[in-house]
Amino acid sequence: MLRYDVVVIGGGPAGMAAAIAACDSGAKTLILERDVRLGGILNQCIHQGFGLHYFKEEMTGPEYAERFRKEVKKRDITVMTEAMALSLGADRTVTALSPDTGLVKVQAGAIVLAMGCRERTAGAIALPGTRPAGIYTAGMAQKLCNIDGYLVGKEVVILGSGDIGLIMARRMTTEGAKVKLVLELMPYSSGLKRNIVQCLDDYGIPIKYSHTITRVVGNPRVEGLYYAPVGADRKPVLSEEQYVSCDALLLSVGLIPENDLLNGLDVKMSAVTNGATVDENRMTSLEGVFSCGNVLHVHDLVDNVSEEAEIAGRAAARYSKGELPAGDSVSVSACDGVRYALPQRVNLGDGKVRLYFRVDNVYKDARLVVESGGNRLVGKKFQVLAPGEMGSVEIDRSAICGDVTVRLER
Amino acid sequence: MNTICIMCPMGCGLTIERVGDEIKVSGNTCKRGEVYGQAEFTHPTRTVTTLVRLEGGGVASCKTALPVPKERISEVVAAIGKLTLSDDAKIGDRLTVGDGEFVFEIVITGTPSSC
Repeated sequence: MLRYDVVVIGGGPAGMAAAIAACDSGAKTLILERDVRLGGILNQCIHQGFGLHYFKEEMTGPEYAERFRKEVKKRDITVMTEAMALSLGADRTVTALSPDTGLVKVQAGAIVLAMGCRERTAGAIALPGTRPAGIYTAGMAQKLCNIDGYLVGKEVVILGSGDIGLIMARRMTTEGAKVKLVLELMPYSSGLKRNIVQCLDDYGIPIKYSHTITRVVGNPRVEGLYYAPVGADRKPVLSEEQYVSCDALLLSVGLIPENDLLNGLDVKMSAVTNGATVDENRMTSLEGVFSCGNVLHVHDLVDNVSEEAEIAGRAAARYSKGELPAGDSVSVSACDGVRYALPQRVNLGDGKVRLYFRVDNVYKDARLVVESGGNRLVGKKFQVLAPGEMGSVEIDRSAICGDVTVRLER
Repeated sequence: MNTICIMCPMGCGLTIERVGDEIKVSGNTCKRGEVYGQAEFTHPTRTVTTLVRLEGGGVASCKTALPVPKERISEVVAAIGKLTLSDDAKIGDRLTVGDGEFVFEIVITGTPSSC
């Protein structure tokens, strides 16, 4: 059996940052990555917009990944690529499979989960109509385009306005396809405002809010689809159905943290984030198992992923050396317009802790309030809060005097 | 004019107007927003990211070294589409594209072999 202080599962932005931080904290560190190289989804995100916060410099996804790959290489970090983590034991053993090593078992002092997320598919949203060729998740179309060099269609409709969908609207247009329409079920976009501007408005691509697909047609390839506005109950108004022809449909309808490895383990999950619940060190309810990046909760900015992963990596290294004391903690919960706040637990102590949160609707001129045991710790005004944009506030741990709630005051 | 700043994920709402000889930007929360707002008002530019062919059949990703005039994006993509680079292209390689009056520089941002 192999032995490492810290085993990081996943070599994307979260995994690389966690491994670097763990190594710098003195831990013998292993990264298990299932792809042929490190970098994760960044490798296919060839657009600009990464790193402004973390590196104070705007760069593309592959460049951001390269920065971290170089930092990994500089250090004594073992990287196993094409290595699939098959199972995880409560005793912190990881069973993995790779062409180089065959089946291996690794005993870890601490584990960092950094497996990222996967996209919701046509099946996951029960897309009505036939199941022809030509329906892709936006990220799959992105990989086929940017890594493999294939354009998946010439006349494209996109369902959902998540960031990847918006980015792909521009990408497909740049490469010569006609993006005819973007349909969004909600009355607002789940993507960043700037992506509506630079990916749709710049190219005159129409977006219809509060609209959805009622039927996909075509066999064996998609020929078109029917769509309709939705009522207040988000059900389509079939009498107003319209048709649009297309040869490809991209889905950008949400991301699911890829936590299958935790099945059967006693890890407390959040029904809102679909990730584990964690404390400020990003430790899950299973001692010595940490979680960070999109497998913990879906982020909109990789810069935040890197920062979060460093917290997890450092803490995992400390845990493996027995230097992470267990103490009393309070719970952090969200209500009144706040969908979730993370971490969900905070250990009592000194220093500051940053709470990340997401709201459930678009709010203007709202105040985010953090309370603990009846005391107000934070009251911060925001001009606009939207579900597509994660916010954060810092609290002073020494001021905590009971369970913490995060809510909106309007 | 009103627009949304694309310089960072905050997406500040900008109002841009000409006051005398000056172009005034309001609604921005940083200097980058002001510069962006003025450029949007006078001559919008964008950094273009696309792919460039490699001899071996693969593709590398690239970006324009500087933002280019927005109305020339399709020309930029077409010019990059005519290139074929050798397979040993590396992240950070720069090359000059175009001829005559419209010349721009691109930077390789990702290659299949960067790992």
